[in-house]
Amino acid sequence: MSDARPGAAVSVRALNKCYGAHRVLRDVSFTVEPHERVVICGPSGSGKSTLLRCINGLEKRDSGEILVNGTALAGERSAEAIRRDVGMVFQSFNLFPHLTAVENCMLAPMWVRRMPEEEARAMASQYLDRVHLAARAQHYPSQLSGGEQQRVAIARALCMRPKVMLFDEPTSQLDPLMIGEVLDIIIELAESGMTMICVTHEMGFARRLANRIIFMDGGEIIEQGAPNEIFSAARSPLLKEFLARVMHAHAPSLQ
Amino acid sequence: MGSEHGTEPVQRLSADGTRLSFRLSVWLTWVVLAVGLVVACRAMHLDLSYVKSKLPFLLGVRLAPDGFIEGAALTVFVTACSMAFALIVALITALGRLSRNPIAFAIATFYASFFRGTPLMVQVLIIYLALPQVGLVLGGLTSGVMALSLNYGAYLAETIRGGLIAVPAGQRDAARALGLPRWVIAWKVIAPQAMRFIIPPAGALFVSMLKDSSLVSLMGLWELNFLAQSYARSTYHYMEMLLTAALIYWGMSIVFEIVQMRLEARFGRGAEAAAGFAVAPRNRP
Repeated sequence: MSDARPGAAVSVRALNKCYGAHRVLRDVSFTVEPHERVVICGPSGSGKSTLLRCINGLEKRDSGEILVNGTALAGERSAEAIRRDVGMVFQSFNLFPHLTAVENCMLAPMWVRRMPEEEARAMASQYLDRVHLAARAQHYPSQLSGGEQQRVAIARALCMRPKVMLFDEPTSQLDPLMIGEVLDIIIELAESGMTMICVTHEMGFARRLANRIIFMDGGEIIEQGAPNEIFSAARSPLLKEFLARVMHAHAPSLQ
Repeated sequence: MGSEHGTEPVQRLSADGTRLSFRLSVWLTWVVLAVGLVVACRAMHLDLSYVKSKLPFLLGVRLAPDGFIEGAALTVFVTACSMAFALIVALITALGRLSRNPIAFAIATFYASFFRGTPLMVQVLIIYLALPQVGLVLGGLTSGVMALSLNYGAYLAETIRGGLIAVPAGQRDAARALGLPRWVIAWKVIAPQAMRFIIPPAGALFVSMLKDSSLVSLMGLWELNFLAQSYARSTYHYMEMLLTAALIYWGMSIVFEIVQMRLEARFGRGAEAAAGFAVAPRNRP
């Protein structure tokens, strides 16, 4: 009945989503294998973020099938199960402002995994160390720079030991000096074998990170392939035009 | 004073200096005004021994002849009960106002509109004097607490709703993405952040409820206002008794405000750190 592949990390089939009369996603299908790093790019409003938010059920789809590590997304119960294995990092960090960095990281392990407080604290410290923020553990988000906040957000997601990480434009709200520190962390994570789907406008970063790049426009997947194919042998005129514009805008980050 | 902090900008020190002299001036002016008040009272040749003899009753450290609490103690009791019920009513109403269910929404708005659109005094009298006409007889205390709870619940509901709305949607997204169950999101993520927006206006409402609790004197409850008036009337010591009652109300309001400030500080953690961050240098390792 379904061609969604159970062995895949993430499998999306014929996904459709409308906001009123506006169709945000049209028949989107793709599969992400374990340890694969997929970058989704495309102009604003092309449905990239909505697609990402549908995968962990933050956004309700109108039709289509979503399988994450073999679990089909159907209703809130399965969505909660899927979210335990899928970490998400947001454009605007969304750290909990009333909790310190380490408390941000401890919340989910304690309340979802039922981990004892001391164990959760130890693990949180370990992941904060991994994003080079061990010294910032007791700081509140408001005392951290944007780049530091986003790294705490990554550590917070990692504390749930996810099998898949979703990044929704993780650097688009950072000033240029801080983009590098966040991208480096994501690359380190990729090198450790994490499966990830990343929406980004940083094409230089996309080339370094991705096994595969998916280009979306108007809620559809227009073209996908290895970074080399996409950058040097783009077929669709839409993609060529997009690359020309993005390369121009982000020229320095490609060096 | 600032010479040992050689690395800090001069501007900050002078800003601190200005703030200090401002606070000092405020305190001094308060003291002058308070002394002025005392002098004015002395000039009126008040009968302080009468005040002294009635003070235990006004404060409510003695029980009333019927063995129940009276005076300020009864005022606090009525206010505390009404606060508790108002909170419950307000929370339910706020959730109704935020609900997508049209019936829940309608009930919440209907209730809030009625109790915000009619005078508290009329509500007290309807519950105490008019309801017995249709066979519902409630005691003075019950009627008073009920009227205060329902009236303040309607206002507090709006405050709670505002606080819940003020928490950015991204917070709920992030909490859901972590797989947190709904009640943990409500209790550990949304509520503490909403409290920051709820506490200041809620504190003001509770102070005003404390003062409005004097309306229950209408029903013959021996609370602070009632006692002050009856002692005043019986011996014609109006100035003494009413001023004393006013001072006791004032003192209780100040205690409420201190509690409110404590709570604000408690729930402002993280936010107040942001303000500190602007002045204090970061301790880079």
